[in-house]
Amino acid sequence: MTMFNRRQALVVGAGAAAMAAFGASTGTAFAANDSEEQIKKFTGGKTAAQGRIKLDLPEIAENGNTVPMTVTVESPMTEQSYVASVLILADGNPRAGVATFHFSPASGVAEANTRIRLASTQNIVAVAKMNDGSFFTASKQVKVTIGGCGG
Amino acid sequence: MSVKPRMKLDKKQAKKGDLVEVKALVAHIMETGQRRDGAGNVVPRKILNKFVCTVNGKEVFSADFEPAISANPYIQFKFKAQESGTVILTWIDDDGSKIVGQDSITVA
Repeated sequence: MTMFNRRQALVVGAGAAAMAAFGASTGTAFAANDSEEQIKKFTGGKTAAQGRIKLDLPEIAENGNTVPMTVTVESPMTEQSYVASVLILADGNPRAGVATFHFSPASGVAEANTRIRLASTQNIVAVAKMNDGSFFTASKQVKVTIGGCGG
Repeated sequence: MSVKPRMKLDKKQAKKGDLVEVKALVAHIMETGQRRDGAGNVVPRKILNKFVCTVNGKEVFSADFEPAISANPYIQFKFKAQESGTVILTWIDDDGSKIVGQDSITVA
């Protein structure tokens, strides 16, 4: 009887420890922005060179709910050399992902414009993937007066 | 849901090789999944997560959207005019439903 109780206690103890560990790990994953992991996933660990990307965002955004953003990547956009995709991240949002644009030679130019939400003053990071497997990156800070995540 | 997107091509007639600019706006709440309602419950995420533009069935541009895209998402991009045909824009909702817009272009 005593043995049973002790085992039971051990099982319960282990379960509780596992729960605590799980809770802690999901907790940090949720709280910390995953922008670096997202970049690693996108580039496959390769380092991205600075340049070739133009990020057009306002210096100061009064309303973080809708911030206009234009991204342009310099490229001839031919079958030989084109921009395959561009990942946009916001490093101060609850979640880093903003959008991924996919281009092809049929796009003619690697340019896209949309409106994004920003929770607070932060950097917007763009990472472009070329068809030859090279990567380019650029970032720009935007000051946000009123955050846009409805927190 | 029969939402009609607003879309505009900057030219209806183009020469081969011209860049055609597409602007499109669609009414959608783009619920982030981060907000809480009055009772403190998380409002479930509901966004348009994918956008595709095809010309005569060939994909010329697509985008993956995350919750950080504003409500009533606006998108503007360009494509190179190759042949006359139909320009179809498709947005895909988290629940699998689609919003489709259509226009045509004449290439001389």
